[in-house]
Amino acid sequence: MSIPVVPEDVLPEAVLADDALTAPRRGRRQRFSQLSRRDKGVLGVMVGIPALVHILLVWLPAIFTGILSFAKWDNVRPIDTIKFVGFQNYWTIFTIFDSQLFPALFNNFVLIVWLFICSAIGVLLAYLLDKGIKGTRLYQSVYYFPVVLSLAVVGFMWKSVMFSRDTGLLNKLWPGGPIDFVGDQKKIITFHIPFLDSPLGLSRNFAALLIAMAWRHIGYIMVLYLAGLKSVDPSLREAAAIDGCTDWQSFRRVVFPALRPINVVVAVITVIEALRAYDIVAALGVQRGTEVMGTLVTTALTGEGGGRVGIGSAYGMVLFLLCIGFIIWYVINNFREQDT
Amino acid sequence: MSEVTGAPTVGIRRGPRMLLHAVLVVIALAWLVPLVTALYNSFRFFEADTQPNGPLSWPKTLTLDNYRRAWNVGEIWRHFGNTMFIVLPALLLILLLSSMVAFACTRFSWRFNVFFLVLFTAGNLMPQQVIFQPLFKIFKWIPWPDVLSDTNTGNLLGTKIAVILIHVAFQTGFCTFVLSNYMKTIPKELGEAALIDGASVSRQYFQIILPLCRPAFAALATLEFTWLYNDYFWGAVLLQQGGERPITSSIAVLNGQYSQNYNLIAAASMMIALPTLAVYIALQKQFISGLTLGANKG
Amino acid sequence: MSSKSERSPSPSEVGFHVFSRRSLFAAAGAVGVGLVAAGYGDKASTTPGTTPGTAAAAAGSGNPVSVGSNYSDEKPKAAFAAAIAATGVPATINTVDHNSFQENFNTYIQQPDDVMTWFAGYRMRAFAAKGVVGDISDVWAKFTDFSDGFKKASTANDGKQYFVPFYFYPWAVHYRKSLFTEKGYAIPTTWDEFKALCDKMKADGITPLAAANDGNWPQMGMFDMINMRTNGYDFHVSLMAGKESWTDDKVKNVFKHWAEITPYYQPDANGRTWQDAATALGKKECGMYLLGTFVTDNFDPSKDSGAQAIIDDIDFFAFPAIDPAHGQDAVEAPIDGFMMAAKPKDEAGAKALLGGLGGAPAIDAYIGLNPSVVAANSKAKTDGYSALQKKSAELVGSAKQISQFLDRDTDPAFASEVVGKALADFLADNSQVDSILSTVEDQKKTYTFE
Repeated sequence: MSIPVVPEDVLPEAVLADDALTAPRRGRRQRFSQLSRRDKGVLGVMVGIPALVHILLVWLPAIFTGILSFAKWDNVRPIDTIKFVGFQNYWTIFTIFDSQLFPALFNNFVLIVWLFICSAIGVLLAYLLDKGIKGTRLYQSVYYFPVVLSLAVVGFMWKSVMFSRDTGLLNKLWPGGPIDFVGDQKKIITFHIPFLDSPLGLSRNFAALLIAMAWRHIGYIMVLYLAGLKSVDPSLREAAAIDGCTDWQSFRRVVFPALRPINVVVAVITVIEALRAYDIVAALGVQRGTEVMGTLVTTALTGEGGGRVGIGSAYGMVLFLLCIGFIIWYVINNFREQDT
Repeated sequence: MSEVTGAPTVGIRRGPRMLLHAVLVVIALAWLVPLVTALYNSFRFFEADTQPNGPLSWPKTLTLDNYRRAWNVGEIWRHFGNTMFIVLPALLLILLLSSMVAFACTRFSWRFNVFFLVLFTAGNLMPQQVIFQPLFKIFKWIPWPDVLSDTNTGNLLGTKIAVILIHVAFQTGFCTFVLSNYMKTIPKELGEAALIDGASVSRQYFQIILPLCRPAFAALATLEFTWLYNDYFWGAVLLQQGGERPITSSIAVLNGQYSQNYNLIAAASMMIALPTLAVYIALQKQFISGLTLGANKG
Repeated sequence: MSSKSERSPSPSEVGFHVFSRRSLFAAAGAVGVGLVAAGYGDKASTTPGTTPGTAAAAAGSGNPVSVGSNYSDEKPKAAFAAAIAATGVPATINTVDHNSFQENFNTYIQQPDDVMTWFAGYRMRAFAAKGVVGDISDVWAKFTDFSDGFKKASTANDGKQYFVPFYFYPWAVHYRKSLFTEKGYAIPTTWDEFKALCDKMKADGITPLAAANDGNWPQMGMFDMINMRTNGYDFHVSLMAGKESWTDDKVKNVFKHWAEITPYYQPDANGRTWQDAATALGKKECGMYLLGTFVTDNFDPSKDSGAQAIIDDIDFFAFPAIDPAHGQDAVEAPIDGFMMAAKPKDEAGAKALLGGLGGAPAIDAYIGLNPSVVAANSKAKTDGYSALQKKSAELVGSAKQISQFLDRDTDPAFASEVVGKALADFLADNSQVDSILSTVEDQKKTYTFE
């Protein structure tokens, strides 16, 4: 394994600790204007090609979807049959399909909170497994394994092996008699929202689904964070240990702050996963009680029904607008980092 | 295992270390329960055994029949070839393109770099289904010679190239975001010093940044390989020839119209998971062994 | 929308003379392999069953016709290949897994194969109305073995035919004969008898009704049956077409009747797969089970000697009558078949193939390898039919009207996004019927039902 050729002298000690010990960041980015013309050209190509592909195949369709959210179209007939209807699709999903939209939004919100908890566990596991303890690779492989499995079998494992009312393992262990973890939409806790007819809440089957989600999410975050931990200088931790920090203190005060960019990655991924959630929900069969925005979008847009492009796009745009708030947070975070 | 040089084990005494192992073992066992049960049932008949007696019952007979049937009926080998045709170029392109953007946007200060980072990151926040309908039309609209594809439609729709393209477009966003954050943890002085030494941009990229990002590349390659390999959605909506579809369609084929033979699906899944597991194990040491700046310093 | 064409066929129209078992056997003897439909296809002068070589000359361009197939399960796939071979028209089969074929049909049909598998009912008519499937009235002109009923089921709103029926399978109440004999249960024909039987079973410690609803479709069959028994076939069709109000007392009545039998259900139907419920029927834990005849697929005789005994022991009866005015007139029997692309690459070949698929040899070849369905072609061989298949043909033959299935008789998006969820809500808490139905009615208005 070749170690990258990094001249010893370009690694000022303090740099590695800058964020952690709140020393002002000394390094600055290279100014674009200082570069030669050739270098500028190289950079232009480096950004230009990926940006072109991304804009053409992701943003352009996304903009079309935004436009279609104001239209009625069945996707099969020619484009000139698209009929613009203003905000009617939004009105429809907020007032007529409210019994589907709001529970889905609520579930997505629950997912954000839940997956943050799972991410924290994943980060913690990565930190513990990074300590060179015996069998660490085995542990890592086991925790990661759920990520590599195809969803069909994940659905089977949870639905039939774990949750099934008649044969599932959880029901054999559960003291209170058989519970239909797959289909029972009864709410465990409910919240009354003033302008909604029926209360929102966490249904039993969604709570069960959260377990399956955690099973997959934790290993995923763990792998990402393990890679991040490699950029923390071990001498920092040694120094912290010598200073008498406990393990927890050295994680909290040294490692965690030093990895702020990676923490941002984990946070963003967690939110993405929570808002985009679709796969596992679908693998367990979309039930009443487990709907999320992803399933509403998908059934309206890609299902056999088809004539619901406008409605599906409107669902998608609601989801997208929710993300915007998050993107703003991310941008601010990014700028602040740059200014220092 | 002993050569694994993670962080030093300072601070863990014997007692807590045993406790740590106990916790890790318990989690590992909990993680394995569904998995082992699925593996176990993949060796049993479904209608004749698992379905009437439950997945946790004692087996009537153990059999390899599910594996044989899954292999033949699911045409696993053929679909595996299709998947590799899609995944390998896509993966290389994704890592190349995203590392270039991340490099340009985090190592250099210019007006639009934040804009591009946001562009690539925000593109990821939408569920893929949202962009699918217009994308379908776009692909149908782009002409493509039949010689270069398996279809005879004269456009990109229905070709594996289209699947590669959308994977690249979508996942480049995600990887750019992740890589740019990893790159931020690399000291800026590295680049500055190199520039003063007269190193060109491309030299900085290839000789300084890429090697330093190896753990991140390994982690991303592992995750991306897994995702692309397990992608079902794009393969199903863009490839209209059943025989051209990726390996996930093997499982879909085994997932019957009426009767779902879960043991057959489990057997197929176990076989299908092997390559992803192999990739993980192969790349694992890249992101857990001692490739760090600190290790270099000795 | 003409009201005539959007209904499922009635069996007399379909051409089922009401079979007695004897006449069935007699017919079986009479219909030989060589007895075939008239020639078909523009240039096709060959009869089906000839070798592919001669038929190749008959097909338009000589290139094989491409067929998009959702027969992805092991047995149906082989059976379908045999059926294609039996037509003598050279064809390449593009098999796509059943689920994604259906899910993505909207996009698939924009760049389709020449011929593709599909379903009768609303699902066919909707695509015909969109102009993405081809008119095959000239193929129909040469069919002699389908009666007017099947023709109606293949006819879109514009009065032209777009569909070739292949086979069907009925829905009925399945039970185990040995259990009924052992306990002395009688087949119920009326709602009161049905409920009394449920009471008796309950007293005997048997759960009367096996119940599944995973995927939110199995209980649609129950809704269809109770609705057709309570309000009649015409109302059902009209309700499915979006023309009746879901808050109508007639619909409320359906749920009132339904609520009378949900206490006899296996508890927690919503999360149960239909297979788990079928297993409970097989084990005699449950007494009766309303499902399609594919219920026997849950038992695999090749790996389990006990399974054949269970399959042989399973029988069914028609859903009991509720309102004597409608009796047991209607039967639910979804028809599967084929459509042609609007602009096939090889129109002559595609039509020759469709003509062949409508002929008896094709369906004979199919059923020979996958004997769980009943042929739509009236000249098909029936001597190989199992008791259950014969009874299926009989049941459909004795019915006055045939419905497809809820999600085939109405806008499939409305079925899955609205009705399926409403039925799940009803099963979870049947005290909320009024609010559930008013939600359905509100949401219904946002669908076009073209």
